[in-house]
Amino acid sequence: MVERRPLLDALSHAILIAGVVIVILPVYVALIASTLTLDQTLEVPMRLSPGSELVNNFKAVLLHGSSQGSAAPVWPMLVNSLIMALVIAFGKISISILSAFAIVYFRFPLRQLFFWMIFVTLMLPVEVRILPTYQVVSELHLVDTYTGLTLPLIASATATFLFRQFFLTLPDELAEAARIDGATPMRFFLDVVLPLSKTNIAALFVIMFIYGWNQYLWPLLVTTRESMYTTVIGIKRMIPGGDAATEWNLVMATAVLAMLPPLVVVIGMQRWFVRGLVDSEK
Amino acid sequence: MKRTLFRSRWLPYALVAPQMAVTLVFFFWPAFQAVRQSLLSQDVFAARTSFVWFDNFKDLLHNPLYLNSFTLTLEFSVLVAVIGLSVALVLAVFADRIVSGAGIYKTLLIAPYAVAPAVAGVLWLFLLSPALGIVSHWLQALGVQWNYFVHPGQALLLIVLAAAWKQISYNFLFFLAGLQSIPRSLIEAAAIDGAGPLRRFKDIVLPLLSPTSFFLLVVNIVYAFFDTFAIVDAATHGGPAQSTSILVFEVYRDGMQAGDLGGSAAQSVVLMVIVIALTVVQFRYVEKKVQY
Repeated sequence: MVERRPLLDALSHAILIAGVVIVILPVYVALIASTLTLDQTLEVPMRLSPGSELVNNFKAVLLHGSSQGSAAPVWPMLVNSLIMALVIAFGKISISILSAFAIVYFRFPLRQLFFWMIFVTLMLPVEVRILPTYQVVSELHLVDTYTGLTLPLIASATATFLFRQFFLTLPDELAEAARIDGATPMRFFLDVVLPLSKTNIAALFVIMFIYGWNQYLWPLLVTTRESMYTTVIGIKRMIPGGDAATEWNLVMATAVLAMLPPLVVVIGMQRWFVRGLVDSEK
Repeated sequence: MKRTLFRSRWLPYALVAPQMAVTLVFFFWPAFQAVRQSLLSQDVFAARTSFVWFDNFKDLLHNPLYLNSFTLTLEFSVLVAVIGLSVALVLAVFADRIVSGAGIYKTLLIAPYAVAPAVAGVLWLFLLSPALGIVSHWLQALGVQWNYFVHPGQALLLIVLAAAWKQISYNFLFFLAGLQSIPRSLIEAAAIDGAGPLRRFKDIVLPLLSPTSFFLLVVNIVYAFFDTFAIVDAATHGGPAQSTSILVFEVYRDGMQAGDLGGSAAQSVVLMVIVIALTVVQFRYVEKKVQY
């Protein structure tokens, strides 16, 4: 604080509150709509205070889905989303930390080539190579499997770079001491590098969990059976098109269910997440 | 560069093997296929395939729908970047100023980051639905004729709002980190010299924030180009009348729904060239920043 300006302080709070209200509005409206009856959501304007149908709506979508759009229950979709998010998060972290360890702590032929091959993947999001990637997955008979849902998304240049950057800041003395004590590389990795990387792993976990949970295009392509749908896909299937036919209260209840786990992870692990996000892009 | 290294003939290869395997099978092979298919002409049943050189690209250049989609995507990404960045900058500047309550604002402003793009599309669809959206109702009360089925520009605005909204958290966090890294002494010196808050912002904060702003601009454009498929598909399906059919949506529609393999592959290649160009721009800038 450079100087006291009470008026400017008041203005700051006013602007921030206005900003927060606008940013939170869509989430708030979804939350309210999920507590109303269908008729109440169709009233214009929709009320902005909670109704009494919260439990009924959530029970309905979890067990039966929406009768208008897809009638698939949301419960198994939540399980699929969770599996997908966890496998992608742990998978990305494991394969990235191993390859970053190899690239930083070893000199070997083709090292530079491997590094660049990983780097290039940064530039090729799934959206850009939709069709050919789908063809590969279907030739490998991975459509409608958890492997097909997760494996193609597991390679991550971002995580590899973050770990590489971090390993480069670790003092050389650590590896020297380990070598003098006769530790094998893997012992050094498990007993020294891994514990020191805890914060980075936590940060990446948040980012990758959200990335996995929120996937849309990929599950849309590789899942054809209802039992393999993820929650985000489920929401879209509940909107048959046209306002009248959509059970908005149930759609919004599903949207709330889809938002809840990533919100809990982000807010619960906010400190690591913010650090990880800002670090990983630098 | 590490001074101390481990030695092993096979271990480093074993360590990079999982990542290499996934990268080769799901990145390089499909990318290679995209380039190959973009030079082929194949009918839907794959009965005949012929090598047509750059015909698919020429077709794209002469396809008014594709060219429309191109300008649409440019408009879309500029709007998303400008709205997302300016709102986030204003919020970050004021959040950096205040002493009490900054934590609560920050936590609430981070929320959209956790929301899936597809869900963001559905939320804004619900707010702005012409018949029953609450925001449409407010707009109509203000005298705005809001109905994106009638006015195609409004459909674009709908996906712009959803996309910019989702990106505000990210921009806000980076602007806040950038603001907090500006040395306090500079601001204090200017204050002692009699510069007011506005003057300090214009002459000190904004120039020192320019690396962050440039970085965010590139990130936001990449985001608007490539990460917004879910928003479009969930909210508008590219319609009404192609008015929100941005490039990533077009690739999907032509490839997965219309079965035009060569055309879709050529579009993929065009997109790859754009991503690579943007990434190179970004890394040029990172290099410069290191030299500072």
